[in-house]
Amino acid sequence: MTHVPVVETSTTGTDQRKVIHIMTNTVLTPPAAPKAADERVASKGAITTLLGRPEFGALVGAVAMFAFFALVAPVFLQPSSFATVLYGSSTIGIMAVGVSLLMIGGEFDLSTGVAVISSALSASLFSWYFGTNVWVGVVLALIVSLAVGFINGWILIKTNLPSFIVTLATFLMLTGLNLGLTRLIGGSVSTPSIADMDGFESAKAVFASSVNIAGVDVKITVFIWIALVAVASWILLRTRVGNWIFAVGGDDKAARAVGVPVVRTKIGLFMGVGFCAWILGMHNLFAFATVQSGEGIGNEFLYIIAAVIGGCLLTGGYGSAVGGAIGAFIFGMANKGIVYAEWNPDWFKFFLGLMLLLATIVNLVVKKRAETK
Amino acid sequence: MTNTKNSPAAERIDQATLLHEQTDPLTHTPVHLLELKDVGKHYGNIIALTGVTMAVDTGRVTCVLGDNGAGKSTLIKIIAGLHQHTTGTLEIMGAERKLNSPREALDSGIAAVYQDLAVVSLMPIWRNFFLGSELTKGIGPFKSLDVEAMKKITKDELAAMGIDLRDVEQPIGQLSGGERQCVAIARAVHFGAKVLILDEPTAALGVKQSGVVLRYILQARDRGLGVIFITHNPHHAFPVGDRFLLLKRGKSIGYYDKKDITIDELTSQMAGGAELAELAHELEQAGGHDEVLAEVKAEVAETLGTQEPSHRA
Repeated sequence: MTHVPVVETSTTGTDQRKVIHIMTNTVLTPPAAPKAADERVASKGAITTLLGRPEFGALVGAVAMFAFFALVAPVFLQPSSFATVLYGSSTIGIMAVGVSLLMIGGEFDLSTGVAVISSALSASLFSWYFGTNVWVGVVLALIVSLAVGFINGWILIKTNLPSFIVTLATFLMLTGLNLGLTRLIGGSVSTPSIADMDGFESAKAVFASSVNIAGVDVKITVFIWIALVAVASWILLRTRVGNWIFAVGGDDKAARAVGVPVVRTKIGLFMGVGFCAWILGMHNLFAFATVQSGEGIGNEFLYIIAAVIGGCLLTGGYGSAVGGAIGAFIFGMANKGIVYAEWNPDWFKFFLGLMLLLATIVNLVVKKRAETK
Repeated sequence: MTNTKNSPAAERIDQATLLHEQTDPLTHTPVHLLELKDVGKHYGNIIALTGVTMAVDTGRVTCVLGDNGAGKSTLIKIIAGLHQHTTGTLEIMGAERKLNSPREALDSGIAAVYQDLAVVSLMPIWRNFFLGSELTKGIGPFKSLDVEAMKKITKDELAAMGIDLRDVEQPIGQLSGGERQCVAIARAVHFGAKVLILDEPTAALGVKQSGVVLRYILQARDRGLGVIFITHNPHHAFPVGDRFLLLKRGKSIGYYDKKDITIDELTSQMAGGAELAELAHELEQAGGHDEVLAEVKAEVAETLGTQEPSHRA
C-alpha cells in the first residue's frame, strides 16, 4: 500500500526558461521579516482542529445514532440495555483496536474472525486433551495467536504480496484447521465442555465475568476494551513505535530511508492483532465453556468496518484507536438498537452498510476540509 | 581544486622543499571535508562515470551540473554510500574511504536529501523531523515521546534556517514543495550532517519556490556545512555555488572556481545554448508556432552571451 496523495504536491511544469532570469535576481533577497500576527494561523480555530481529528466523522455518527434510537426505542436508554449495547460493542471493539492500528500501519487482516476461534479452540482442546489446568491452554493459545500474527506479517514482508492475499490465505487455512483439528481431536464440530476443569473458574473471572455497577451488570470485556483503547492510543500518539506505525502506513519507503524498522513494526502490528484475538477468544471460551469450530467467519469484516467508520484510512497512515472504538460502539448500537426498537433484525446489515458508506464519505469530506485550511 | 592562483597560499614555498624528508601532515596541506580524485564507476563493462575530481569544504557550495544521464545520480550514490566507486579515491577529512552503506556515509557526516525527501505527508512536521530518531523521556516500558522538546527543537531548527512556519503540528503534506525541501535540509543539519547532498532540490519547483530553496542552501552553507548541490539548471547553480563540476555522458567536462567562470560560459558549457538552438531549428522545421519560435530564439540569443555580468551575485 502506498501513501495517499491527499495533499497537493509541489507545483510543476513552470516554464523553466522563462523563470531563469528572474531567479538570478531574486535569489539573494533576505528572508521576509516574520509578521507579528501571522495571518495564516488565524483561521485555524478550535473547531477546525476538532474537525481535523480522524474520529470526528464517527463521533457525529455515533451521537446521531444514539439520539435516533433514544427516540424510537426509549428502552434503549435504560442502564441495563445500555450495558448490553456496551457489551456488544466491546466484543467488536477489542478486535477493532488491533485492526485499527494495523490499518494505520498500512495493512489489513482478513483472518481475524477465524483467528479468534482458533485461539479459543487451541486453549480448549489442549487443556481437554491433555487434562491440564486450563491456564496452560490459555498460555498456549496466546502463543498460537501471536504466532499466527507473526506468520502473517513475516510472509507479507518476505513475499511483498498485498496483505489482502496473504491474510485471505491465512483465513482459509485457519478455517480448515479449526474444523479439521476440532473433529480430529474432540470428535465433534464443537469442543467438549471444559467447565469442570481445573482453573476454569479463575479464568472465567478474568475473561468472562461481570462487574456490578450501581445495580447494573457490566461485562468485564467492556473494561478490557476501554483499557486496550487507552493503551493503544498512548502507544500511537506518545511512543516511538506509534510514530513508526503512522510512518510505515503513510509511506514505508520514506520511513525506511530515515531508519524506521519497517519490518519489525509491521510484524509487531500483526502480532498485536493476534493478541486482541487471544483476548476475545478467551472470552468466548470462558463465557460458554465450549467453542463452535465453524464460528467467526465474516467477523473480520465487522472489525475492519469499525476501524473504517472510526476514520482509519484503508490505505494507511491516518486514523486513531479511539476512532475504531467509536466505530465498534456504532456497530453495537445498531445491532442492539434494532432489537430494542422491535424491528426485524433482517434490516441490520442494511443499516450497517449504510453507516459504513455515510461514515466513509463524512470522513473524506472532513479530512479534505481540515487539510486545505 | 583550491584557490591556488591568487591566494597567498600559492606564494608560500612548496611543502616538499620545506620539509625535506620529514612528513608533517599538519602543515598547510589542504585537507578538504570531502575530496574525490579521478573517481569512476563501472557496472560490468558499462562505464557510468569516469574521471571525476571535486572537493567539498565547510561553508562552501559545490555544484554538480549536468543534463539527464550525465552521471549525476551515480556520483551522488557513490558519495552517499549507495554504490562504491571502482576507480580513483574518495577522501573524507584527508582519509581515504570507501563507503559501503548509507549508514556509513551518515556516520561520516554525509547526508543526502533526495527528490522524494523521505517525508510522510500525512504526518505532522515535528513527527517527520524526528522520524526514526525520536526523543524520549521516562524509562523502561513507560518510555514516551518528549513531544514538547521535539516540537520546540523543530521550530527552532526551522527558524534557524529562516523558515517561519505556521504550526509544526500541521501535516507536512500541507507545506509547499520548497518548504518541505527545507524541513528535510534542516533535519539533516540537526542530525549532525557536515556534508549535505541535495539532489535536484529545485527541479520540480516554480520560480518563487526555487528561490526559497536556494536561500536555504545559502543558510546551510553559512552554518558551516559543505553543500553538494546537484542541478541541471546553471541559473540556479551559479548564484549560490563556489565551485562547479560539469558532467556530460558520465565524464567530467570541467571543474571551475566561481571566479574562473561566468554564468554564460557555464550555460554554454552545459550545452544549454546548443540545445536551445537545436530546439529552435526543430520548431522552425515543424512550421507554425511562430510566437514560440521567436521566444526560443530570443532565449538562445540571451543565453549565448548577451547577459549582463551584474547577474553574478
